[in-house]
Parts: sequence; structure tokens; C-alpha cells
Amino acid sequence: MTTLIIEISKYFMILLMAFYTYFNFRFFSYQDLEDKKAVCGRQNQAMFLIHLLAFLVIYLKSQEEAVIGFYLAQVVFFVCYIGGFRLLYRNVSRLLVNNTAMLLCVGFIIQTRLSIEKGQALAGKQFVVAALAAAISLLLPFIMDRVWQLSKIPWVYGLGGLVLLTAVWMKGNTSYGAQLSLSLGGASFQPSEFVKITFVFFTAAMFYHSTSFRTVCVTTAAAAAHVLVLVASKDLGGALIFFTTYLFMLFVATSNWVYLGTGVLSGSVAAVAAYYLFSHVRIRVEAWANPWADIDNRGYQITQSLFAIGTGGWFGSGLFQGMPYKIPVVEKDFIFAAIFEEMGGIFAVCVLLICLGCFIQFMMIASKMRAAFYKLIAFGLGMVYITQVFLNVGGVVKFIPSTGVTLPFVSYGGSSVFSTFFLFHIVQGLYILKRNEEEEDEGEF
Amino acid sequence: MKGNSNSPGSNGNILILTYLISAVFVLLIGYLVWFIEARSENALNNSYNARLEHLSDKVIRGKILSNDGRVLAQTLTGEDGTETRIYPYGSLFCHAAGWSTRGKTGVEDLANFYLLSSHDNLAEKVLRELMDEKDPGDDVVTTLDVDLQQTAYDALGDRKGAVVVMEVDTGKVLAMVSKPEFDTNQINVLWDSLVSGDAGEGLLLNRAAQGVYPPGSTFKTLVLLEYIRENPEDYKNFHFDCNGVYQYGEYTIRCYHSTVHGSQNLEQAFANSCNGAFASMGLELNHAKMKSLAEEMLFNKEQPLSIPYSKSTFALEDGASDWEVLQTSIGQGGTQITPVHNLMITAAIANEGNLMKPYFIDHVINASGETGQEFLPESWGSLMSGEEAGILAGMMELVVTDGTGSALRTEAYRAAGKTGSAEFETGKESHAWFTGFAPAEDPKIAISVVVEEGGSGGREAAPIARAVFDTYFVKQAQKEN
Repeated sequence: MTTLIIEISKYFMILLMAFYTYFNFRFFSYQDLEDKKAVCGRQNQAMFLIHLLAFLVIYLKSQEEAVIGFYLAQVVFFVCYIGGFRLLYRNVSRLLVNNTAMLLCVGFIIQTRLSIEKGQALAGKQFVVAALAAAISLLLPFIMDRVWQLSKIPWVYGLGGLVLLTAVWMKGNTSYGAQLSLSLGGASFQPSEFVKITFVFFTAAMFYHSTSFRTVCVTTAAAAAHVLVLVASKDLGGALIFFTTYLFMLFVATSNWVYLGTGVLSGSVAAVAAYYLFSHVRIRVEAWANPWADIDNRGYQITQSLFAIGTGGWFGSGLFQGMPYKIPVVEKDFIFAAIFEEMGGIFAVCVLLICLGCFIQFMMIASKMRAAFYKLIAFGLGMVYITQVFLNVGGVVKFIPSTGVTLPFVSYGGSSVFSTFFLFHIVQGLYILKRNEEEEDEGEF
Repeated sequence: MKGNSNSPGSNGNILILTYLISAVFVLLIGYLVWFIEARSENALNNSYNARLEHLSDKVIRGKILSNDGRVLAQTLTGEDGTETRIYPYGSLFCHAAGWSTRGKTGVEDLANFYLLSSHDNLAEKVLRELMDEKDPGDDVVTTLDVDLQQTAYDALGDRKGAVVVMEVDTGKVLAMVSKPEFDTNQINVLWDSLVSGDAGEGLLLNRAAQGVYPPGSTFKTLVLLEYIRENPEDYKNFHFDCNGVYQYGEYTIRCYHSTVHGSQNLEQAFANSCNGAFASMGLELNHAKMKSLAEEMLFNKEQPLSIPYSKSTFALEDGASDWEVLQTSIGQGGTQITPVHNLMITAAIANEGNLMKPYFIDHVINASGETGQEFLPESWGSLMSGEEAGILAGMMELVVTDGTGSALRTEAYRAAGKTGSAEFETGKESHAWFTGFAPAEDPKIAISVVVEEGGSGGREAAPIARAVFDTYFVKQAQKEN
């Protein structure tokens, strides 16, 4: 009987996820506000159903009472988060709120499943951190609305970020060959996750004041410093995110194709140079080009990931039916492979499309912002987000070399969850700002 | 707040970038579709994939079938649910079909993933899921031919050695015998004795692909090719007077049993396998070029084989001693080859220089007999030009009609080949070799035979090839009627 429930709920979850994803894009075609509200409501229903089915399976397989309590706590959290946002802010983007909840929900499900298998408490920790981050960052839209001096202090962002990154490079803890985190009073955190955001603020503030050649040179030099420190720390994924974000922000701020062309060209040259200069870059590229040749060492992680993806196929094996725990660091960088294996390829592609949907939403908000500072912030944060999603998923499925970044909201990692909440809620703040402004305008006429 | 630096085209550019990035994601999803649909099955069949073992909890291992659908291996489930792997032909397909309980070898290894995957129709699968029953795994139809395998197996008899047979224009492996062998039904009973040292027989070793032997006179084919390449105009004018023993300085090279061949032109020297002629020819050759030719023929290189194999070695360097040169020219010295490698070279000669990758799995069928994945012939590339292959093929036919390959003279078909008698240890009989193909005018199949300590290739190995060819052509004639 249990097998049957697992099997049937697997297909139901895929179906519900497909519905959810469909609505995510269908949303944009509705003009009427009531229609939009209805779509968002249905999305909530789909999410809670997926959540229920998944935890039913997890309970049946693990037979642990604690799972029920954990499930209920999550339900309370989701209700508070979705409801609380709407209560606090009238003009919230429900689509973004829904997507945040959905991605967290998928993350909780797969993290719980992995934690039970491994006998760890990671899922519980992840949940507490997420709840905390959600509560704190709920204030961000309020701050964005009131504190208009944010654009005045570019060098606070720029120098602050650089100092943090340099501290990681000098004193950071090494994990998997890269210096990523700092220890602070027993807890470790990854400053680069937060510097991504200050970096976007820095760039936006600089270009808000001027896009003269001189400003461009100064800003580029500061951006290059960020990237170089990350390369020195062997954080290749981070370096790539900063580089891409800066390049496109520069382009959008100046509309200058020469800058874009020069940037792409020098980026390519730097990539080739890095390949020949640094052995850790070569290792990554070779493990990507032919992981089968060194399956015992460098190719181990990616080949295990491909086994998981291939065995799972489009419909997946069902929760607890696969072996995602065979992949090293599965709960962080390779979480996408675990979702693919057990919840199915269709489900995983839906997750990818939801991420893309968030990005598109970010871009629409950026287009609507009249003030260049806000426009650049929405755009820059969107770039940070989508580059990270692409590097993560592309690396997991061997589309590109693996660069060791997390999948925002889904991967395990406190800093990652915190900074992603900040990122989403800042953009949410911009959306609310814009909608309030529109309403005032309407009121005047 | 007013935007003073909001560049005029910025929204347009944001739109462009949004499209660009969406396109990259479409590519990424397209790649995933391609991987799942086309690539994943090849990738999954890997011993590092722990999930394969897991699959047998839900699937009954499928059957291995011969090219005409006869069962070479199947799993029977007892009333208490215990599964037994049965090999109806006993020891006949020992190394070819392989085994699956003590490690995996042969087709059991190659097809492991297919045998443990079930593509039965979905309704039945769901039904079995409800009843908590296992699904039947897919069956694998191999390229192996029971009759040819039996003929080769019987002809080799109690002697140690190997026989491999393949279609020259497809690469389908029709038979692969390695002796000594054992009954794979008994593997769990026999295991301790199979791995214990005193067996010394290497029962577990697939000699066809993993046994390395000096090639003996079969290597003369490649010496001949190098000679032709270095003397394109006047190779036909080669001449050698053989008195049974060739003296070069202090070194002596004897023909087999010191046979006196007398006056020999190139064709005769090759057909009679005159050691003196080839030793003297070898001294004239450019040894660096000889080595690069050997490496073009995949000596010292990875070979296009899906089963575990040993690499062949060719050791002659530029500036080697005369003795090494003399020995290497007649297939002795440091040169070592596997039977399946010798087969690939022969098959390429028969197929206008083009080597087809040898393969064992023809297609996969589900429990209801519907065809799933099919494997098509794949070319590895050219080992030599078509013209060169034609010359060598002609010379090899003369070996049968006028020389040491007399065992294959028959009215029924025209065969071609090369014999070899490879010495490996003083005081022991040489290994007997034969590699060849038929029909000479339109080659269909190629064979490689080695009989350990068999003595003369012409007398001991060639008759095995004859028996296999006879069976093949009788079957072909039956098919046509």
C-alpha cells in the first residue's frame, strides 16, 4: 500500500508542479486584477498540496512522529509568510511571494528526505534559518520606502564589500579547495553571499550619479578588484556572478555596445588565461570535459550526479526510492540532481522555470522603475540571481563546468538563504514602491 | 527621486538581455532532454553507478539471447522468491555471455543496465506495483551465433586458446571462444577453485581479448605493408634465396622446421611464411616508420572495444639491435598481440582498410518483444588505404591457394589468411595462429584463432578456421534456399 501511495503521489506532485509553473507564466497574460488574484490563489493551493503529499510520503517511509510536527511547523510558517506579507504591505507582488514559498517548499521536502537518510538535522536547521531570515527581511520593503539616502553612499557599499571579501581571502575557512566562509562566534557565514547585494548597490549608486567615462573607469576598477579577490580565494562561481552582473549593469546604465563588447572580449581572454594559469580552473574544466576519465577523483561528483539524473528520468524514482545521498555535497551544490532523481525531470525542469519566472518578474520591475538607481538595483539583483541559478544547474547537469555555487532557496546553507531573502525582498520593496506611486498618480487624476 | 542618468535605451536593452538569458535556459533544458533521451543509458551502465544494484530489487534480470533468439542466459524465480541465473548452453558461452553473480563479465556486464531496466507497458507495471511483484527486465539480443560458437568450441577441443569471429562490414561479433572454460551455472560452487592460485589456468581470463601472445608470422602482414609503403615502385621485384637457415652476422634465423624454400619472390615468401626473407626485408626497413605503422594499427594504443581487453605492444625503437630487428620482422621479439586485435587488423584488410568497431549487442527488446534501443554498425576509421588492403588481401589468398594455409583450400568458397607459429619459450611448442577471412572475392566474415602450444599454425589453427567458415557458408546457403 505504501508503495502505491508513493507512486501515485509522485505523479500527482509532478502534475501539480506543472500546473503551478503554467500559472506562473499564464499570469502575465491576464489584464484583470481579479484574474491575477485567482491565479495566485490556485498556485497556493497547488503548493500546499505538493507539500502535504511529499510529507505524507516522508512520514510513511520514515515512520517518525517528529516528521508530523516538522510538517505542521512548516505549514504555519508558509501561512504566516504568505499572509503576513499581504497584511503588512498592500501592494505586494503575490507572484514573487508564491515563488519564494514554492522554492523553499521544494527545498524543505528534499532536505528533510536527505536528512532522514543521513541521520542529520540539516533540514531542521535550514527551516529555522529560513524562518528567521524571512521575518527579518520582511522589513526591507519598509526600509526601501523610507530611506531614500541609499543612493548617496556608494563607497560604503564598495569598500565594505571589498574589505569583507579580502578578510575571507586572508582568514577564511577552506572548503573543497576554496576559501568561502568566516567563523564568527561559533557560526560560520559566507560574506560573498551578502557582498553580491552590496556590490549591486555600489554599482547602481555609482552609475546613478554619473555614467561619464571617468566614473565608468573607477567603477570598473572597483568591480575588477571584487572579482580578483574572489579568483584569489578560488571562488570561481562567485567571480563569474560578479563579472556577469557588472558587465550587464554597465551596459544597461550606459547603453554603450562598445563597453559590452570590450567586457565580453576581456572576460573571454581572462577565462582562457585563468585556464592556463591556475590548476584549479583546469581541474574543473577537465572534470567537465571528460569526467569518466578520472571517475575515482575529479569526475566522481559529476558522474554520480549524472547517474542520479539518468536513473531518475522524466518521472523520477519517487521519494526515498533513489540514491541521491551517493552524490558528494548533495544538499548544497548538487541539490538539483537529488530533485531530478526522486521527484522527476519534469518536476526539476519546473523548478528551473520557476527560477526563470522570478528573473523575468525582476526584469519587468526593472523596466517599470523610473529612477535609474532603482532600475539598476532591480536589474542587477536579477542578474545576480539568474547567473547563480544557471551556474548551479548547468554545473549539476554537466552543461558547463561545475563552479560550486548554491541553488537559491533550495540548497542547504544559512548565508545563501539569508542573502536570497534579502535579494527578493529588496526587489519586492521596489515593486511595492512603484505600485504605491502608481496608485497616488491615479488618485491625482 | 529623479533619474539623471537613465540612458534612453535602457528598457530596450533589459528586454534584449531577458530574451538572451531565457534563450540560454531553453538551451539548458534542450540539453537535458538530449541527455535523458539519447545519452543517459550509455552513461548509466557503469560499475560506479551504485543504483544498478538497487534496480534488481524491482526488476527480474532480463534474458541474453543469441542472434536468432535462443536463450543464452535467463533468470528463474523459485517459489520462495530466490532467483537463479541459468545458462542453458553450460560452458559454451562462458566468456562471451559472461556471468553476473561474482562480478560481471561479457554481455552480462555490457548489457547490465538494459537487463535491469523494464520497458514493459505502463498498465502492467502499475498492476504489478499494486501486487508488489517485480517487473521483467528487458531482454538483450546479441550478435552471437550459437552454431558458429559451437563449431569453434568443438574445433578448439581440449586445447587452450581462443577463437573470435566477426562480420567484416558491420563489426558484429558472431563467436568468441576462450579456453579453458567452465560451466557458468556452477560459478558459485566453483568460485574458490577458480580464483585459487594452483589452477594456474586462468579460467576467468577471456583469452580472446585479454590474452597477449607473440603474433609470430601473422605479423608479417604488417612488415609486408611497410615494405610496400617504402618501395611503392619495385616491391614486386623482391627476391630471396632460402636455404632454410638465414645467417646475418652472428645471428641465425630459421624457417619453420628449417624448411628450404629455395628461390622466393614476394608472394611466395609471404605464402610460404619464409622467415629468412622477412628477416632480411626487416633489416632494410625504416624502423621509426615501422613503429608508427604498428601504432596506426593500434599497437600500444587503446582499442575500440567495449569489453575489457589487454593492450597490444610493439617495442621496436629506432636504433634497435639487429637481433631485435630480425626477431620483430618475423613476429617475435617484444611484439605482443591479442586474438581480437589480430582479428580487427584482418577484418580491416578484408573491408578495404576500414575497421568496423566490434560489437556484441544488436538490440534490446521489452518483455512483450517490442524492440527498444538498437545498435548500428559504427566505423572506427581506416587502418590503411583501400589499395593497400587490396594488395594484402590478394597476398593472403595466395597463402591459402599456394602456401601454408592449405587447410582452407575448398571448392565451396575462396578463403584468404595468414598462418603463424609463434615461439614463446625454448623447449615448448609454438603457439599456432591463423587469421583470415572469406569469401576472398567479397569478404563477409573474418576469424582469428590461437592455439596455445599448438605447434604449426597451418596444421593446428587453420583447420579450426576452416570448420567455422564451413558452418557459416552452409548456414548462408540454407538461408538462401
